[in-house]
Amino acid sequence: MTLSSQTKNLLKAHEEVDAKIEPNAGWRDLPIGAVIPQGGTATQFATGDWRTIRPVWSKEKCINCHRCWLYCPDMSWISEDGRIQGVDLTYCKGCGICANVCPTKVHAIEMHPEDDFKEDEAAKEGGK
Amino acid sequence: MAIAIATQKTAALTGNEAAAQALRQINPDVVAAYPITPQTEIVQLFSTFVSDGLVKTEFVAVESEHSAMSATVGAAAAGARAMTATSSQGLALMWEMLYVAAGMRIPIVMPMVNRALSSPINIHCDHSDSMGARDSGWLQIYSENAQEMYDNLIQAVRIAEHPDVLLPVMVTMDGFIISHGMENVELLPDQAVQDFVGEYNFPYPLLDVEHPRTLGPLTLQDFYFEHKREQAEAVYRAKEVILAAAEEYAAISGRRYGFFEAYRMDDAEYAVVVLGSTAGTAKYVVDGLRQAGEKCGLVKVRVFRPFPGPELCEALSGLKAVGIMDRADTFSTQGGPLFLEVKAALYHAAGQPQCMNFVYGLGGRDIDPELIRQAFVEVKDLMKKPADGVLPIVRYLGVRE
Repeated sequence: MTLSSQTKNLLKAHEEVDAKIEPNAGWRDLPIGAVIPQGGTATQFATGDWRTIRPVWSKEKCINCHRCWLYCPDMSWISEDGRIQGVDLTYCKGCGICANVCPTKVHAIEMHPEDDFKEDEAAKEGGK
Repeated sequence: MAIAIATQKTAALTGNEAAAQALRQINPDVVAAYPITPQTEIVQLFSTFVSDGLVKTEFVAVESEHSAMSATVGAAAAGARAMTATSSQGLALMWEMLYVAAGMRIPIVMPMVNRALSSPINIHCDHSDSMGARDSGWLQIYSENAQEMYDNLIQAVRIAEHPDVLLPVMVTMDGFIISHGMENVELLPDQAVQDFVGEYNFPYPLLDVEHPRTLGPLTLQDFYFEHKREQAEAVYRAKEVILAAAEEYAAISGRRYGFFEAYRMDDAEYAVVVLGSTAGTAKYVVDGLRQAGEKCGLVKVRVFRPFPGPELCEALSGLKAVGIMDRADTFSTQGGPLFLEVKAALYHAAGQPQCMNFVYGLGGRDIDPELIRQAFVEVKDLMKKPADGVLPIVRYLGVRE
């Protein structure tokens, strides 16, 4: 069977499991049918950048009931040795479920608009 | 006829029976289907082949056509040669998954028995079902008779699965007219079909656990366009593959196919372009007109996707007038889908022929030689007296005024 040079190129992209897909790759260099030659690729998709409000956690107020940890749909809350350590924002979409299930009297999690953090992060970027 | 065929033989078969025989000889790994008139018989017969042990197929009785296409996509992505069949509302219910199959580049082959879409509800032939799916990314091959349905299905496997293509193919025949009409059909020996279709080698099967892959991922503004561009290119590449498959098929069957069939076109001055079973009746009409000294011919389009635009342009460009017959309307005030495509192809023709459209046969309305003759007379008149009225010229042929 004779194959077009483009098909050979595309099939090669499939064979190279570790082949990195360049962000600016043209249509001739991508695997056929948007196949990604790796499994479990959802972990590489930092869905946290969809977030418009962010959970802010108070270590002082937290009673380590672990409701946030249990209810979080993205497993963003970090627990070590039975104690909440904070929130990893990589996949946190800011749904606010954690703040909602945090016991009313405790109120250890508050949702704040992402805009509030823009200046802090710009300063951090500048410092690098 | 639930027997294995060792040598080439002629059998009296309906279109549905011929399609079922093709499926048996292809012997797919998975068939997932749901019954719908007039396709029902294909998978009903095929299910008896499964229970009689004549095929090694896993038959999945699903609860809808949406599920039929979903299961077929999943099975084919896993690495199985998977097929289904449908008609009309069943195809409509598959809509979402048709685009998924094409975009994921899943090489499914599907017999599609043409039937009118509701409403009003109707079980008889027109092309509104498959024409609605013409931009879904599926390749489409139309059959004139049961023999062509059989031949096209076997070739479609090679076309769909070729690594230069990797696209789903629907092979259509006219509901009842072909699906339930009995004809002599030449069947190839089982082994010849097996040798022709070969092994299914999906390049990225999900069941290859040594090489885990992600199929059908999310791509947004960053990559979607590039994937669609490649998909468009695959349809261009399919043209060469279709002709190569036809060539190889001619070598084993003696039956030769192209993108379209030009019938008595050599010195023709005017012609009619059709799809499907109407071509048989139209050839009879052309023969009669030729005997009466008329310089007319017929073009029967076999491959509608990819659309053989440049090739048709060449075949029709010497003519003075062309009538394009559509068994579907686009409800756009611009005529039927075949008309739109042929006319667009002729835009680049030297000495553009005059064009007119005949929408006919909706909901199974009979198309007889007299009506086709009437179409030829109108096309001849157009040749003598170019249109100066409202364009495009769209006639509804055989409708009661």
